[in-house]
Formats: sequence, C-alpha cells, structure tokens
Amino acid sequence: MRKLLFESVFRQPLTEPAPSAADAAVAELATAVGQTARRRLGRSLSIREVDAGSCNGCELEIHALNNAYYDVERFGLRFVASPRHADVLMVTGPVTKNMREALERTYHATPNPKWVVAVGDCARDGGCFAGSYAVIGGVSEVVPVDLHIPGCPPTPVAMLRGLLALVEQADTRTITS
Amino acid sequence: MPSLIDLTLEGRKVGQHGPWPRVVVDASVWTFAASELAHGRWSLLGLWGDPATVHMAIMDGQTAGIAVISLDCPNRRFPSVGRHHPPARRLERTIHDLFGLSAEDSSDARPWLDHNRWGVRFPLGDRIDALPKATPYRFLAAEGDGLHQIPVGPVHAGIIEPGHFRFTASGETVVRLEQRLGYVHKGIDGLMTGASLERGVRLAGRASGDSTVAYAYAFSRAAEAALDLGVPERAVLLRALLAELERLANHLGDIGAICNDASFALMHAHCGVLRESVLRAAGAAFGHRLMRDVIVPGGVVRDIGSDGVEAIQAALDNIRLRFPALVELYDNTASLQDRTVDTGTLKASLASQYAAGGYVGRASGRSFDARRALAYPPYDSLRFDVPVLNEGDVNARVWIRIREVEQSLSLIDQILSRLSQGAIRKEVPLGGEVREGMAIVEGFRGDILVWLRLRNGLIERCHMRDPSWFQWPLLEAVIENNIVADFPLCNKSFNCSYSGHDL
Ligand code: SF4
Repeated sequence: MRKLLFESVFRQPLTEPAPSAADAAVAELATAVGQTARRRLGRSLSIREVDAGSCNGCELEIHALNNAYYDVERFGLRFVASPRHADVLMVTGPVTKNMREALERTYHATPNPKWVVAVGDCARDGGCFAGSYAVIGGVSEVVPVDLHIPGCPPTPVAMLRGLLALVEQADTRTITS
Repeated sequence: MPSLIDLTLEGRKVGQHGPWPRVVVDASVWTFAASELAHGRWSLLGLWGDPATVHMAIMDGQTAGIAVISLDCPNRRFPSVGRHHPPARRLERTIHDLFGLSAEDSSDARPWLDHNRWGVRFPLGDRIDALPKATPYRFLAAEGDGLHQIPVGPVHAGIIEPGHFRFTASGETVVRLEQRLGYVHKGIDGLMTGASLERGVRLAGRASGDSTVAYAYAFSRAAEAALDLGVPERAVLLRALLAELERLANHLGDIGAICNDASFALMHAHCGVLRESVLRAAGAAFGHRLMRDVIVPGGVVRDIGSDGVEAIQAALDNIRLRFPALVELYDNTASLQDRTVDTGTLKASLASQYAAGGYVGRASGRSFDARRALAYPPYDSLRFDVPVLNEGDVNARVWIRIREVEQSLSLIDQILSRLSQGAIRKEVPLGGEVREGMAIVEGFRGDILVWLRLRNGLIERCHMRDPSWFQWPLLEAVIENNIVADFPLCNKSFNCSYSGHDL
C-alpha cells in the first residue's frame, strides 16, 4: 500500500483536467456544472438513484460517474443513501408494475423542492420493453419528470451534461416561483 | 446407471433441435430424471414452460453430455422436480406464475415473479384476471428467543437493482435470510413471442446490462443452432473478443467494489480506473462502451479497425502495468483479509447440487466453465486455464476473479494475433417451418442458457436462463452465521443479477 500511496504523490491526477485537449467536453462541463451548482445552491446537490426496472446497464454508467475520471463529487454532486437526503431522484428503467409502488413511495419520501431525472431510453417510454404486460412504460407515467437523459445507456459524459441542464432548470424554477 | 443417451432413447425425439437432442418423455421418465438430479448424477441446467408443456435441460457432469426432455401437461400439471431437487423450486414457481402449469406435490407453492400487480394471471398461458386483492406474501418462519427481523429493500441504499431481503438475526448474527425477487420482471419471455430475430437479439442484449455481450452471443448461437448456420471466422473471433472485454471490465469493477464494501476505498478507486480504461477502449473499438447490439445472428454488425485494436492493446498494457500492484495490495492488507477470509463460505456440496456457474462455483470446487466443458469456437483452439479453488469464501471468489482477469488478458492477446481479414456476417436464412436451437455461453458471472423455437423465421418461444437462478439461493445459505454487516461483502462477491433473474 505504501508503494501505491507513494506513487500517487508523483502521479498526475486522472481526473479529466480543466481545459483538456483530449476530452474538452468533460472539462467544459466540469466548470459549467461547478459554477452553476454553486450559484444556485451554494452547497451540494444530493442525488438518490432508483432502479425502477432497468436492465442494470444504466446503473453501470451511473456508477462510472463516481470513478476518478468523472469524479462527480468535485462538482458538488453526490449520491446519497436515502431519499430523505436527496434533492434529485435519478430514475432508470421502464417502470415495472412490480416496482410502481416502491417508486411512488420513494418519490413521496423525498422532500421538496425536488427534481426527477429519468435516465435512459427505457425511462422515456419503456424503450424496447414497452407493451409488455409487466411494464408501465416511462417514468413520467408514475412521477413527474423534470428532465430526460437519452441513451441506452447514456454515457457518463451525457449524464453530466444532463445534470448541468437540470441545475439550470432548477435555477429558472426558483426565479419564476 | 442409465446414461443421458439411454434416457433420450426412451422418448420421442424432436426433429430440428440443435445441437443437443430434445425428446418428449412421459411422466415416469420425467420423475426418474428428477431423482437422478437429486442423487447428484446429473445437473439441472434449466426448467421452463410452454403453454402446455414443460421442458428441462440436464447435463451429465462427467461427459458434459446435454439433453432437453419435455413433458406434455394436458391437465396443466406435471410431477414436481423441486420436491426432489431444491434448485428447481423457484423455476417451478415461475412456470406456474407465467403459464399456470402447476408442479404436483411441490414443497413451495407460493408465487415468485407474480406480485399480483400485472392485472392478469398466467400471462403466457391461458390468461385469467388477476386476484382482486394480493394475498400477503408469507415469508418462511424463523422463531426463537430474541430473534428479530430486518427487512431491506426493494429500494436499497446504494446504486443497485431492487429486490427484497428479509433477515432474521440473533443480535448481529444472521439466522436466516430470505429473498423476494421479481421487482424488475419485464416480461421478456412474453415480448420475445412473435418477435423477429433482429428484435429478439436486442431484447436478449437487454436481459442483464452487465452481460449484454454474453446474452446477445448466447441468443445468436441458439438461433444459428436452430438454423444450422455457420458464422465467418473473423466474426467468431470478434465475438470472443467482445466477451472477454466484457468479462475483464466486470471483474475489474467488482474486485474493487468488493473491497469497497470492506471499506477499502483505495482498491475501488484504482480498479474503477482500470475498468474505465476497458470501457473506453471498447467504445473506441466498437462504438459503444458496453458493446451493446454488436453481436447478431449470423455474425457481428461492427468490424474493428486498426485504431480499435490499438486502443484495446493500450488498455491491456495499462492493466498489465497496474494490476499486479493491486493484487499485491489485496494480498498484503490484513484488515481486508480479515473481512474476506472465512466470510460467506459456500460448501462444495451445495455448489455442485445447484450447478452453480462462474466464480461462485469455481471458488467452491466446481470446475465447470462452458468455454472449456462445451468448447465452442473459438475457445476450442485458444489456450487458457480455468482457475478453481476449494475454500468457497469471499476471498476465494475474489481470487478466482483475479485469475480470470489474467486469463482474459491472455485470451485477448491470442484473439488479436489471429484476426485475419474477412467477412463478419452471414445472411440469415428464414428457415423451415419449425426449428429449435439451444446455446450455452460463459458470461462473466457464469453460464447463460438460451433456448428458442422459430416458426417461419419468427420467434415462437424463447427462454433465457441467467446463471443467477442457481446462485441467488446459495447466497441465502452462505450468509447464515455471518454478521449482518458482512452481508454487503457476501452479496457483492456473488454479484447476482436481478434483471437477468427477474426477466
Ligand atoms: S436504457 Fe438501455 S441500459 Fe438503460 S435500462 Fe434501458 S435497456 Fe438498460
């Protein structure tokens, strides 16, 4: 362990650097999300993830948001264990009939103001599972959705971009309400 | 002792079923097979329904001979296999939920996937209206002084799939764990009915997202077996390349995640970086980080260019450079070993009774690996080891994965060095009237079985069996006598699929 820790003193951080030539999109996003989130909330934005019937592909990419490359926590975005601690519900999957109640209860357990982000093609309208006897369809048929991030699954960069849009939307909503 | 061959001679062979035989048998042969399973002479590979028939896939562990036996059930009943052989129980409950065929004298007649929310009962059989009110689900009893219950889920505290766990604990020690699954049931078997092969393979690739390659692979091989279709050499190699990249990414991610559940975040961070490097290489080479929708019946739809090969090679070099230090770190950290050694021990006898696939079986002395035992191309001509350990604890499951990472690195090298130019896809013929095929492919978590029947080129019935079916019940067994706090570790070291199981 000492070796690894020692090495990390000299190793460059893996985090996508601010304006990086290699992947400019992430870097650009990084600054934007950071500033907007801070302006709007002045603190962290807490996200509770709910799998309402996904194939688990979306979850894999949501996990990736936490790895050293995307490192969402540096933008003040973090995943929390309880809906009661959350500002945002990130919901995946074509909502299955067996998960409907659990999703509703999680939504009601989340304090206001709250936002729902539907992640993935299934979450929009059921994707390729639409029409099944066991599936309701999109997330918006069960709880109101503020933002949809498309993809099957969306890449971590697409999700970051979506979260930025959300933070901006959150901004306008506060102004108008 | 009769062999599988003898058994299949007893029945009426079905034409056009490849590559293994399927025979229609009578109830006495069906029951005889169940007792052979119970005596451990054969392994249960799958048990599934049709509107008026039940099918069972069995394997002779000694010879790796495989057969499917089918029993017609005109009065909607069939002799229970689960009564003799517990691994069949959840499968029988599912057959009842979906088709309304009941297992006679079964020891557990509770519903499994059906939570009485679909608005209909027996959706794939003779549909009837749902019950007006769901009867409460009865969990098995665990009684005694000072026992308390801890209900967990379906929504868990982390970014994971939904399922319900009911722990009964005495103080910190778990006395019983009972799972209740089915929350992510999407009715995939039902959606397959009437679908084209093109739609079928997309659905298969979405049965369990972490195994999207393995499912598309198994589905395509089953369709090709039904249609007697060979695949171009380059596609055969590319498929194995995709499958090994998927295995590599999942193992790397999971090794880190297991350590994270023992609060050792450093491993998690480093393994997460390696996993990301594989996904990025896959994205560069095949246009999708999880390599979704690349494998189709007849071959693959995306070829790999020289820059893709370079990206993969660079990721491999990076893993070779960094991974050994992480293994050393895992091996030398006493606080970590303290959590993983002797935790969640799965006995060899149980692993073999349940025919547990993947690292779960191989950490408990069961050496089955479909790539080796069934030697489908190109694995029949590639060099690799199948690591096996006997300890059966969390630590052993971690080590099997570490060894498999090393094997996958070597397999990818071999595959890349053999790739020669050529076609990547063959036209799929529509096929004759009725054709059936089955395939078993080694996914990262174990053997995935796909069985399908085509009629005039459309899917009439397709059943997919995830390795998790035979691993989930074992998780209930291994947690006994461990402390509640070690559950996440045990659970992660199994990493069963919810979506693949609930289907
Ligand atoms: S959008 Fe795609 S990756 Fe996400 S849950 Fe649906 S099928 Fe899976």
